[in-house]
Amino acid sequence: MSKELRQQFDVLVIGGGPAGMAAAVSAAECGLRVGLVDDNPSLGGQIWRGEAANCTSEAGEWAEKLCACGVELICGARVFHQPEVGTLLAEGPENCYELEYRKLVLATGARERFLPFPGWTLPNVMGAGGLQALVKSGLPIAGKRVVVAGSGPLLLAAAAYLHKHGARIPIICEQASWFCLMHFALALLPYPPKIAQGLSLGRELAGVRFVANCWPVAAEGEETLEAVIVSRGNKREKIPCDYLACGFHLVPNVELATLLGCRIQDGYVTVEDFQETSVPGVFCAGEPTGIGGLELSLIEGRIAGLGAAGRAERAKQFCKPRAKLQKFARALDRAFSPRSELRSLALPDTIVCRCEDVKYDRLKPYTSWRAAKLHTRCGMGACQGRVCGPATQFLLNWHPNSVRPPIFPTRFENLIAMTCSPDGKHSAVTGGHG
Amino acid sequence: MPEPITVKVDGRPVAVPSGSTVAVAVMLAGIACRRSVTGEQRFPLCGIGICFECRVAIDGRPHCRSCQILARPGMEVSTNE
Amino acid sequence: MSAATYDVVIVGAGIVGAACAYTCVGEGMRVAVVDRDVIGGGATGAGMGHIVVMDDSEAQFALTRYSQQLWQQLRVELASDVEYEQCGTIWVAADEEEMAEARRKQGYYTKRGVPAEILAPETLEDLEPNLRKGLAGGLLVPEDGVLYPPCAARFLVEGAQAGGATFHSGCSALQIGKGTVRLSNGGEFSAGVIVNATGASAAALTPGLKINNRKGHLVITDRYPRFLSHQLVEFGYLKSAHSLTSDSVAFNVQPRSTGQVLIGSSRQYGAEHKEVDTSILTRMLQRAQEYMPGLARMSTIRIWTGFRPATPDNLPLIGPWLEDSTLYLATGHEGLGITTSLASARLLADQVTGKRPAIPIEPYLPSRVSMEHAHA
Repeated sequence: MSKELRQQFDVLVIGGGPAGMAAAVSAAECGLRVGLVDDNPSLGGQIWRGEAANCTSEAGEWAEKLCACGVELICGARVFHQPEVGTLLAEGPENCYELEYRKLVLATGARERFLPFPGWTLPNVMGAGGLQALVKSGLPIAGKRVVVAGSGPLLLAAAAYLHKHGARIPIICEQASWFCLMHFALALLPYPPKIAQGLSLGRELAGVRFVANCWPVAAEGEETLEAVIVSRGNKREKIPCDYLACGFHLVPNVELATLLGCRIQDGYVTVEDFQETSVPGVFCAGEPTGIGGLELSLIEGRIAGLGAAGRAERAKQFCKPRAKLQKFARALDRAFSPRSELRSLALPDTIVCRCEDVKYDRLKPYTSWRAAKLHTRCGMGACQGRVCGPATQFLLNWHPNSVRPPIFPTRFENLIAMTCSPDGKHSAVTGGHG
Repeated sequence: MPEPITVKVDGRPVAVPSGSTVAVAVMLAGIACRRSVTGEQRFPLCGIGICFECRVAIDGRPHCRSCQILARPGMEVSTNE
Repeated sequence: MSAATYDVVIVGAGIVGAACAYTCVGEGMRVAVVDRDVIGGGATGAGMGHIVVMDDSEAQFALTRYSQQLWQQLRVELASDVEYEQCGTIWVAADEEEMAEARRKQGYYTKRGVPAEILAPETLEDLEPNLRKGLAGGLLVPEDGVLYPPCAARFLVEGAQAGGATFHSGCSALQIGKGTVRLSNGGEFSAGVIVNATGASAAALTPGLKINNRKGHLVITDRYPRFLSHQLVEFGYLKSAHSLTSDSVAFNVQPRSTGQVLIGSSRQYGAEHKEVDTSILTRMLQRAQEYMPGLARMSTIRIWTGFRPATPDNLPLIGPWLEDSTLYLATGHEGLGITTSLASARLLADQVTGKRPAIPIEPYLPSRVSMEHAHA
């Protein structure tokens, strides 16, 4: 039996990464009743996965502040629908939550962009953040050979983490050109903390081969991954390995913002000075407004939390640091957008939609996401297009449709557990059998 | 060193450190979480619960994203459900 | 720009337009098909793809039975992605009153040569163990089937193209009539016959047509192979589909060849927007769960809506529009578009060529409607 759990908040925050934690703490410190919902088993989002429990880390400090200010934590739950303005429905493993709010902060973060290439569906080919997440979740990596490839600072962060835990890394392949990387390195100069981060990553990865202008063209192996073929200029190199950690930078999670009707531009949620979206009362902070990394997420989270708490004047102090970090976000975007050569990685018989095993040549005749979906089932699987959507957008220039509920696969009983009665009020109807 | 937990994956006992996810247990068992529509073996891809490649049945319930679920002693996991 | 000339121009590449193209090409006609978007992008892409014989009226029975037989004949040629399965329908009876209706229906069908078998509760349970206990029984109609409509429509358009038809996608018809189809790209087609097969927007192209759109909702789950093996429909569905005024839901679920379960159905009047309507969706799902409690814990992946184009008497319009001798209609199929597409196409082609149709066409003639229109 699914239990309906109805809760009311002054400010509801969706996402328990840095932006969400900062928003929740900032709003709670103003004396408001704040709730925080996150899909993962514990707080921290992706970048701080597994770190919230460590009270000496920055993540741990924020987690402690959350407890100290009495933020109501709902972990392991995913928002799937907005039955009416001011209410969100979220599903947990055993429960269904009906969450009413006065103000909402979306801190839904980002996910890796996956681009298809031959062999990318082999066992042990994962995202760069993906493999890191699995190692943080207990996967032993000591002594294993890991090729790290794709694009973005996430590659270095993931590689450093894996290396620290004993992985042998034959190569890190960054698809961006040396020119782009130089530019990006220069863009770091105004940010001493980032330079320090960069140097620390460099120390951890000293001796690990790092190559720009380089990307995977195929993953090979019989039953499981055995080697990766990378291309550098007009050279190909075959590198035996146990894992391929490959992701092409990040795409923002804007499904919930889209469902709520927030204005989205170039794939990011538009916000004004205090992080409010085009929907009054709905704020957005962190990667969904622009991929900008940890410090920007924290600042935007603070501003959004204060904005949602009606204390915008307290947020003004963060506006200049935010503007500075937004410059960094733009530099990130310029440096790590996937280059056009990557469009030819997918061969005609390369699977593009993994949920439905739809190959590239079946997709090419269609000029829109919707048409392809209807006729090939691409995007109709459980991931709801979260993997193949960004891939097809890059490969075929398709733009996704508007979003429909449920924005996450949801148990049938939870679709019916809540119902709006004619006068607009909610009545919980118990569904299912015990 | 956290105490190891034992879960069963397709009937086979697998020990994982406490705090590990079910996905790790399945990978350590060397078994694919699921078979794709055309029969390919699939292992976790994204590690953060959005790709759905890591789906297994846990204690009889199918379509659980194993990378988001902590292993608990005595869990019965079946793959390719 | 001179107008390209065809024997028939079909506006609308949904299942009905596609079937018309396929059939007309088979009769040796020069055919063009025009659609403002993708093949099967309207009601065709939103519906269940259930091929079902219905007995709401003699005319409805005749058309659905004729068409079902045409599907059976075509099945060997269908591409695999059309996913045609003759899984049969089981009409589920919840109580003795519905069992009486089952017996009446069985009599009606068997008298007309449609195999139909009464199922005792134990047999029903054997065939569909995930139905709840305590049902009164059912009626199995084994020759009914299911398919995946967008690919069926595409198969038919491709078949027509193989026979020389041209297909113009992304091309709206702005005006049709008097032998001319004016297109949004500035072009024009001239044709001896123009077929309005635009479904929910038919009245926009042919003013005076009365088409009401009946909104429906569908939900699809993740893969649960062998959860059910027939299309299951409650007897209450008939009341729901018959009603011309009230919003209603009915238990109606389908096993897809992927192992996913497709759950319907709902009907709403006057709902113009295509957003999901939470309250009627909830009623629909509650109804489904009453019949199949096992649905409760299943993972659902998508919910969508669609609009069934309905005429005032619930029968489609197939034939010439009296106000213009070049204009034919093939529209207004409500929830039976997939089922009756092939027969509609056949009846349309027969009227164009002057051949004798296999079933009486009077009940479907647009003249029945435009006569009223004239008398109004």
